[in-house]
Amino acid sequence: MACVSPDGKPTESGTKMLRAVQAGLKSPEEVAQETGLPLFKVRSGLRETTQAGLTEQKEDRYKLTEKGAKLLG
Amino acid sequence: MEEAKEQIRPMPRIGELAPAFEAVTTQGVLKLEDFKGSWLILFSHPADFTPVCTTEFMAFAKIHPELQKRGVELLGLSVDSVSSHIAWVRNVEEKAGVRIPFPIVADLNKEVSMAYGMIHPGDSKTETVRCVFIIDPNQKIRTILYYPLSTGRNMDEIVRLIDALQTVDKHGVATPANWRPGDKVVVPPPNTQEMAEERLKQGYECTDWYLCKKKL
Repeated sequence: MACVSPDGKPTESGTKMLRAVQAGLKSPEEVAQETGLPLFKVRSGLRETTQAGLTEQKEDRYKLTEKGAKLLG
Repeated sequence: MEEAKEQIRPMPRIGELAPAFEAVTTQGVLKLEDFKGSWLILFSHPADFTPVCTTEFMAFAKIHPELQKRGVELLGLSVDSVSSHIAWVRNVEEKAGVRIPFPIVADLNKEVSMAYGMIHPGDSKTETVRCVFIIDPNQKIRTILYYPLSTGRNMDEIVRLIDALQTVDKHGVATPANWRPGDKVVVPPPNTQEMAEERLKQGYECTDWYLCKKKL
């Protein structure tokens, strides 16, 4: 995974994305703008963090889950 | 023993939607649809740790900032593994001081290469030739370039193509041979006799009714 290391810790870009959705539902476009990451990377990263249970998708927007919040600390 | 028949797949063509894919890359698993809304240059190279490909990758990295200004993403591809790609880009950075900022598909099972017609058995049965697919924000193929294994690509031409395609889309015009930004563009030819007659009165620089240019 590109956003979550095999040891379960989010990478630098993964952390940026998780922090961006910490405050509430955000679209990949908003996350890309806030983090400065390319949109394709944000789309792929949020798909990955959702599969890992760290974020939750509602239509085309994402928010942090309890598991994601714990990981961020 | 029955001979295995070679699977014939249609080649992608200009004006068609680019074949969808989901692929492992040096920046995670990417889908074609992740690039929706941006221009995308999908390009293949024969193999990591080879001389011509290394010069090309450094050249692609050099034009990357110019492409970013134009809303274009780059995505490389070869049939090498992700570990090989990672080792190669690290080597390029260490030995040549060039950081490769874009993702590279590890197409070990050749799924993407086959879908895009990147393997030309007459040149190599195992490696991808040097293909360039320019895909627009609606994921339509707008340009296809094929170069042989022996010959590195011209980055100026790739940037020029992007400028030309974006100008065509923005202004509804065409671009003449060797066009560069700032040059006159071609007004699309008229479709009827009446339009042809009117065209000559419209103040364009016309060689004849079918070849008229204008400044943007």
